[in-house]
Amino acid sequence: MANTSRPLSPHLQVYRWKLHMALSILHRATGVALGFGTLLIAWWILATAAGPDAYNAFHALAGGIIGRLVLFGFTFALMLHLLNGIRHLFWDAGYGFELATVQKSGVAVVVLAAVFTVAIWIGGYYVAGKI
Amino acid sequence: MSMRTPLGKVRGLGSAKEGTEHWWMQRLTAIALVPLAIWFVVSLVALIDAGHATMVAWIQNPFTAALLVLFLGAGFYHLKLGAQVVIEDYVHAEGLKTASLIALTFACWLVALVSIIAVLKIAFGG
Repeated sequence: MANTSRPLSPHLQVYRWKLHMALSILHRATGVALGFGTLLIAWWILATAAGPDAYNAFHALAGGIIGRLVLFGFTFALMLHLLNGIRHLFWDAGYGFELATVQKSGVAVVVLAAVFTVAIWIGGYYVAGKI
Repeated sequence: MSMRTPLGKVRGLGSAKEGTEHWWMQRLTAIALVPLAIWFVVSLVALIDAGHATMVAWIQNPFTAALLVLFLGAGFYHLKLGAQVVIEDYVHAEGLKTASLIALTFACWLVALVSIIAVLKIAFGG
């Protein structure tokens, strides 16, 4: 097939942004972001396997405020992707296609993602005995 | 009126040659990752300030090591399937698309194996 550039039908300039559109592209965007975050996780595991020196070098970078912010962002991206993913699984099973339900489940995904992110961080700090 | 041949129906693979494998594996890994990812990220937050010895002790717990291997395996498979769709959607030049998909597959296998071997090395180490 020839790779001629064909014009794309305007969409971003045409359609008003709605929650379901935003969540759809966010599902993909968070997925890609999480993919890159997983590389950092691999680095963390490898640093641990390599020994205390490598681990401390990683920890010097990751344990500071920037590292915590990245981890917080990773947690939120994960919760958005996970909860919207469950929304997708319901659709796969055939449930929840009514417009009102799509809107409500979308709102639930955003709200619960924020709630779960905070809960996970409180839970993590609690498990570590910091609170 | 189905136009499929009897052999086609028996094999169940359809014109894409692998049936619904990609679709189902994406869902299966997604379901597995719901509890695994939540467990993992809670653990990560709990271990933010941990030293090397604490990390090693945590991974040497057999349950932790097993969950980590499962998380990494399912996670990288899910990642590969998802990124494959992204590449197929946005890269249209056939040569570049093929090269990207190959690079993605190889990279996922490599990083997954390295991470899993690292976990096992810690788990079985002294």
